[in-house]
Amino acid sequence: MNPALSVILFTVSSGAGFGLILMAVALSLMGWVPGMGPGQTLVAILIGSVLASIGLLSSTAHLANPKNAWRAFFRFRSSWLSREGVFAVLFYPVVLVYLISLWVARDTGSLAWWGVLFGILTALLSLATVFCTGMIYASLRTIPQWNSALVPANYLLLAISSGTVILTLIADMQGVELRVLSGLALVLLVLSGLAKLLYYIWIGKPQGPTLNTAMGITRAKIKILESGQSSRSFLNKEFSNQVPAQTLKKMRWVVYLAGFVIPAVLMLVVFQTSMMLLSVLAVLLLLAGLSIERWLFFVEARHVVNVFYGQ
Amino acid sequence: MKLGLVIDMDTCVGCHACVVSCKQWNTSGTLGALTDYEPYGKEPNGVAFNRVRSYEVDEYPNNKTVNMPMSCMHCETAECVTVCPTGASFKRAEDGIVLVDQDKCMGCNLCSWACPYGARELDQASGTMKKCTLCVDRIYDMELTEAERQPACVLTCPTRARHFGDFDDPDSNVSVLVRERNGLQSMPELGYNPVNHYLPPRPKPNAPTHNGGQLEPLTDRFKKWLNKVVVR
Repeated sequence: MNPALSVILFTVSSGAGFGLILMAVALSLMGWVPGMGPGQTLVAILIGSVLASIGLLSSTAHLANPKNAWRAFFRFRSSWLSREGVFAVLFYPVVLVYLISLWVARDTGSLAWWGVLFGILTALLSLATVFCTGMIYASLRTIPQWNSALVPANYLLLAISSGTVILTLIADMQGVELRVLSGLALVLLVLSGLAKLLYYIWIGKPQGPTLNTAMGITRAKIKILESGQSSRSFLNKEFSNQVPAQTLKKMRWVVYLAGFVIPAVLMLVVFQTSMMLLSVLAVLLLLAGLSIERWLFFVEARHVVNVFYGQ
Repeated sequence: MKLGLVIDMDTCVGCHACVVSCKQWNTSGTLGALTDYEPYGKEPNGVAFNRVRSYEVDEYPNNKTVNMPMSCMHCETAECVTVCPTGASFKRAEDGIVLVDQDKCMGCNLCSWACPYGARELDQASGTMKKCTLCVDRIYDMELTEAERQPACVLTCPTRARHFGDFDDPDSNVSVLVRERNGLQSMPELGYNPVNHYLPPRPKPNAPTHNGGQLEPLTDRFKKWLNKVVVR
């Protein structure tokens, strides 16, 4: 698949934003992090909303005819893209009420009952939006590498782990106790890294339709003689790419180091020493690593239309 | 009604006449224009509803060329319609034709991702998705004679490899062809249940080939050919 920059930015940024909001709401409602009151949560939710909004705005850059984008909310019953849009838009009024409740509670330190209610709704809508993003890809039977429950699982885990690392940085800047957050970030990074490894092992198996099943001639070798076109058409530009397999292999290492291993080690050090510079480094590395992870997610996906071109 | 095409991979010679007549008719049709990019440039390309690709099946000396034209299959399980967030893509209840409402499409490409047959192509000029209409603006046009109320590709095919009809009617030309010639669907394992069917190449012995060396005299070869062709 063609790795569109707008979609990479969208999924990484809004994933991290919604993950950050989800974790901030959950942890502050549970009261597991000492020192993280409504005032600190407010900052985290605001930063999360900005990240999510940057992502959602950049996703519209992917549309060829954005003036009809408002119509995308009307097929909720069948389309995962429509569901994602609906949840993402519903998120805004709900998070606004939640932010107001946090603002009101920032001095007293105790959240009103409606603040708790809207906090839970905010977290649920964030979760639903990220899940829908994953399902847009997982629902496509035409792309064997995406058509799996591992895809929404990966999207959710990566969103939550990157959100937690960012939350650690935000908490660090506000002088909140870091042991719970950095410990949680470490666990989530390890979990999402393992889930990604599982995904990479799973897509390593050859799968999906072949030229034989496409032509109904199943007992002979088939090769393409001519594609009937003198240059690359929409189908080639959108669905195939010429990235060498060697590069893909190297990029997987980059994903592992920048996206999981180094941030996890940094979180471990933060867990021990609470050095702010390390949290900054972890966030930057993680976002870069996840961008490459998302690029690979597209480049390694092989749409079945490629078989008609003998690829 | 379940309208669709039957394409005979045995008689198709890969001449691309259907591609040309499709483009000619549809560029001024309901979903037109079919924009060309750089038509006189180095890499001319553009929107097409119908593409023909040629394949070599099996290996020498049993190899043969098989051509496979591809357009929208008007699938019964049309995932392109399911994934469409705007409702621009729809499948008509009365005849099963899948169309794109150009006034509603926002050009997100998701339907083209959901199509395994490469039937949908984005027009960069209009920013909307375009696809085969089964010449919906021809087949119901009562100004045309009945023989002409068929898709442009079917009418133009010089080898009559393309057939148009109603798959719901068990006695229609297309249903009979599928039944008698073991018509098949492309990629049945994906479960899209495409309406269009392909007729596989007939099992014929491959034409004898001559491996260099001296040929028989022309008169002898002509007599042999005549004996094969003329049935006494």
